[in-house]
Amino acid sequence: MNALTTTAVSGAEILLRALKAQGVDVIFGYPGGAVLPIYDALFQQNAIRHILVRHEQAAVHAAEGYARSTGKVGVVLVTSGPGATNAVTGLLDALMDSVPLVCLTGQVPTHLIGNDAFQEADTTGITRQATKHNYLVKRSEDLARVVHEAFYVARTGRPGPVLVDLPKDILINPAPYDDPVAGPHRSYRPRTEPEPAPIREAIRLIKAAKRPILYTGGGIINAGPEASDLLIEFARLTGAPVTSTLMGLGAFPASNPAFLGMLGMHGTYEANLAMHGCDVMVNLGARFDDRVTGRLNAFAPGAKKIHLDIDPANINKNVVVDVPIIADALLGLRALIEAWKSDSTRQDRTALADWWQRIEVWRTKDSLKFTQSLAPGATIKPQHAIKRLWDMTHERNTYITTEVGQHQMWAAQHYRFDKPNRWMTSGGLGTMGYGLPAAMGTQLAHPDALVIDIAGEASILMNIQEMGTLAQYRLPVKIFILNNEYMGMVRQWQELLHGGRYSESYSAALPDFVKLAESFHAVGLRAETIDDLDRVIAEMIASDRPVIADIHVDKRENCFPMIPSGAAHNEMILGPEHEEEARGITDEGLVLV
Amino acid sequence: MNAIVEEPLRSATISVLVENESGVLARVIGLFSGRGYNIDSLTVAPVEEDRRKSRITIVTTGTELVIDQIKAQLDRLVPVYRVSDLSREGPHLARELALIKVIGQNQNRAEALRLADAFRARVIDATTESFVFELTGATDKLDAFLDLMRPLGLAEVSRTGVAAIARGTRTI
Repeated sequence: MNALTTTAVSGAEILLRALKAQGVDVIFGYPGGAVLPIYDALFQQNAIRHILVRHEQAAVHAAEGYARSTGKVGVVLVTSGPGATNAVTGLLDALMDSVPLVCLTGQVPTHLIGNDAFQEADTTGITRQATKHNYLVKRSEDLARVVHEAFYVARTGRPGPVLVDLPKDILINPAPYDDPVAGPHRSYRPRTEPEPAPIREAIRLIKAAKRPILYTGGGIINAGPEASDLLIEFARLTGAPVTSTLMGLGAFPASNPAFLGMLGMHGTYEANLAMHGCDVMVNLGARFDDRVTGRLNAFAPGAKKIHLDIDPANINKNVVVDVPIIADALLGLRALIEAWKSDSTRQDRTALADWWQRIEVWRTKDSLKFTQSLAPGATIKPQHAIKRLWDMTHERNTYITTEVGQHQMWAAQHYRFDKPNRWMTSGGLGTMGYGLPAAMGTQLAHPDALVIDIAGEASILMNIQEMGTLAQYRLPVKIFILNNEYMGMVRQWQELLHGGRYSESYSAALPDFVKLAESFHAVGLRAETIDDLDRVIAEMIASDRPVIADIHVDKRENCFPMIPSGAAHNEMILGPEHEEEARGITDEGLVLV
Repeated sequence: MNAIVEEPLRSATISVLVENESGVLARVIGLFSGRGYNIDSLTVAPVEEDRRKSRITIVTTGTELVIDQIKAQLDRLVPVYRVSDLSREGPHLARELALIKVIGQNQNRAEALRLADAFRARVIDATTESFVFELTGATDKLDAFLDLMRPLGLAEVSRTGVAAIARGTRTI
């Protein structure tokens, strides 16, 4: 305790001390009337760097990119009213994808609250369903405690965004600063240690399994890199195949032979059929999302289901499971591995070998197959563009973000992640405009890394103003646009499900992306045919400046395999490369053989 | 079949002990409306001397799975100390209070008074044309009394919703 802790200082000063005590080194924000005292305090110090975004939504996505690529809490600072409402999409995005954030919002002075004052919004009311928790600070004496608590709530249990609403008088009035107090929260006590009984039961089931599968999700990534190491160890011990959700990519190396690729709506043939045909499913840190399960009453019909999740509310929410384990993924995996090693029961290795043989047959279908003509002037296939991007970048220190749509699914399918925290995408909310600001935040956290936003020409325009932020802070983010002149996923659904009536899905009046890049002090590149692709990728990587690479791709390409919504895992549609099977796949036979 | 199938509905009386802070009731109600759960009745009041904790009692209807979800979703709210499913955790008592205004004359008036006596409802206000009864009891007892009052000039009702507590030594 030093003397400063007992001296009264302004609320803004208390706030900055609390942020420093929480280890904050960067915040993403946008000033305004209600937060001017904070900006004045920021001006007079150097410990915390403020990144000025061009729109508050982008501040939140940037903090998400920062958080997901580092495992730390991302911090956002915006003003009252429109500043706060602009941040709402980002907050809900972080809530759906369990990203730890603290969002500080300005508020009108306490005596004006409720009077429809200028730039007043009921921010805690509006964001109650878009945050893990939120606070309105009504007394300066509470400020330090509330900020410390916000960080604690954001990063513990199932991580999520926490908002602190700060009336302007609270930021000005003096009060003493309090250090964070150790010890449990009064009412909030997340459970992280697994109970022994379900761990034993899970191991009993997995040891007896003939067709096991590990289905892993973002919970592994949130539990830290050590959880990924334990996942690799657990997969090795059990000999089970591993599939991953969109959010979990990278937790298990794509290059590991046990990896079946992503599962779900645009998952691989082998991953979805293995899910359909397994007899013991081990869900590690995923939440049985509807994009993953397909039609619920046909989801893995013969399987015993084990579900490890830190959030008890995820248990039996969509799918009823046999063995729930409430735990942090790291502690849960550690307990599973210990229990596996101390249980002397032998596995049925013959059955496991048969299971793998069947999986190998499914693998030969090569469901992500595409054909790229290499003839001069040939049109670039979007999958090929991602594949070449992977070829040319995966040995570097690379981080990938995406926007939302076809390009996102192609990136998930064809960019193969071997490490956690390298893949930042909007999974739950599906927020177009996520990728560029998320890449900004990622680049800030990893200044020397190659950070690439794989984008579509429609999504990128949703937060294109952030090109200004890239220029101001010299962030060499690469924007790799798969430009097919359509909102591709909308077009694909219209083609497959709405009789080819392409209602409002054409990207008319597009900007010249090269000139657009140049006007924002960045480098603009364009690839119109296969002849340009490798050169453009190479130039993009070599540049030490922000780059927009406008890659013109096949306008009619669709993303396959695809499980139409409402269909089962074994009713997936394969692409034109598999035409003879493409009509109504019923592979029940293959599963049961 | 392991997917969610049609299950019978049940009524659940859930007690929630919460930090008495602003917005906590909105959080609970928002959770019910946002996720499409039913609220049949809801009561809330501070229950500790220093008024730092409040107790919310919710009566809801749903399948067993939905009620489990409701409990889990309530439990993950930051200001929630404890969630107790009184209808599942052993015998419990549930009481509701109603203030009931009956307006009528002659025969109906006399009949209303007789029935009130049989139900142990107290007369807490009377004019030559009206009574206000105060009645405490389980929800079905109140419902039954109101059904009887309807043809006798039932004019207005104010009900508190259910307050509930476990029997015996068990506490929340």
